[in-house]
Amino acid sequence: MIAGLTSLLACQLAGEILSRSLGLPVPGPVVGMVLLFLALMLRRRPVPAGLNSTADGLLSHLGLLFVPAGVGVVLYLPLLAREGTAIAMAVVGGTLLTIAFTGWLAQALLRRFG
Amino acid sequence: MTDLAQIWVYLAREPLAALTVTLVAWLIALRAADAARWHPVANPTLVAVVLLSALLLAGGIAYRDYFAGAQFVHFLLGPATVALAVPLYRQWQDVRRSAVAVVAAVVAGGTVASATGIVIAWAMGATPEVVATLAPRSVTTPVAMGIAERLGGLPSLTAVVVISSGILGGAVGPLVLNLARVKDWRARGLAMGTAAHGVGTARALRVNETAGAFAGLAMALNALATALLLPLIWHLVVG
Repeated sequence: MIAGLTSLLACQLAGEILSRSLGLPVPGPVVGMVLLFLALMLRRRPVPAGLNSTADGLLSHLGLLFVPAGVGVVLYLPLLAREGTAIAMAVVGGTLLTIAFTGWLAQALLRRFG
Repeated sequence: MTDLAQIWVYLAREPLAALTVTLVAWLIALRAADAARWHPVANPTLVAVVLLSALLLAGGIAYRDYFAGAQFVHFLLGPATVALAVPLYRQWQDVRRSAVAVVAAVVAGGTVASATGIVIAWAMGATPEVVATLAPRSVTTPVAMGIAERLGGLPSLTAVVVISSGILGGAVGPLVLNLARVKDWRARGLAMGTAAHGVGTARALRVNETAGAFAGLAMALNALATALLLPLIWHLVVG
């Protein structure tokens, strides 16, 4: 578990350094994800057991990790009272349309190009 | 016996209490989701956020004080994002064969995500800073906050809007995909990751490993594409 966590943190750290030093528009963890993926590709072997179980453990509770930031909604209750309808319509309408459109387009493209 | 006020001072200063209630709220939310047989409305992230928000409001606890403890959970978002490389690598043979379709669908989907958010909010008469906040809505939280800042939005409200979109997408996304007759697990994953970033990916991972891998990939690609394109287009249109 510690070996797995160390690999994840090392990739994130390298990602943060790259992102900041090169002024990339993408944040460190996303760059770190690309780095870990490249490292696994170069290794050309199955994912190490420790990394495998740490990654699965973290990802099976991914929903928990959004909770602290989500509770930040309490700071915006006055603004939500004023513009809540517009925000809710944009969130609901936009998200549902995007899911339907992306799913439909992806399925059509996958049928055609594999 | 120690004074109750002293105990309170201790609890407010240490991360222990905030961390514990966050995990307890999550476990309750998981129980609730299980009891409701993973019905969309019982999305555990939503239930936990509602429970904790109610607790803060009822107890008159400042969000800043809560977050000082809960930030240890928040911190794990970074390594968890990196960890998405693992299912992607396990599914790589599948992903590579469909690279063209994946990139095209995610870039088009990401564009629709931003455009629909902007148009609906604008049509409903939202202020410019709220419109700018809603534009990067479908992108993973840290990237969305950075983009919103560049467009003149409110970064901290962005986090709330992004997570709401994720919760909604994670909750009703599968129903929408059923209605749209999208059966391919790869396409379902791409749609969830593009529209509902990590929360959608969490849901996809629970259902199907292939869908989860494609969702994680879509989330990363959409973050990249939106971070590069949205500020450019925004400044061309808005000036």
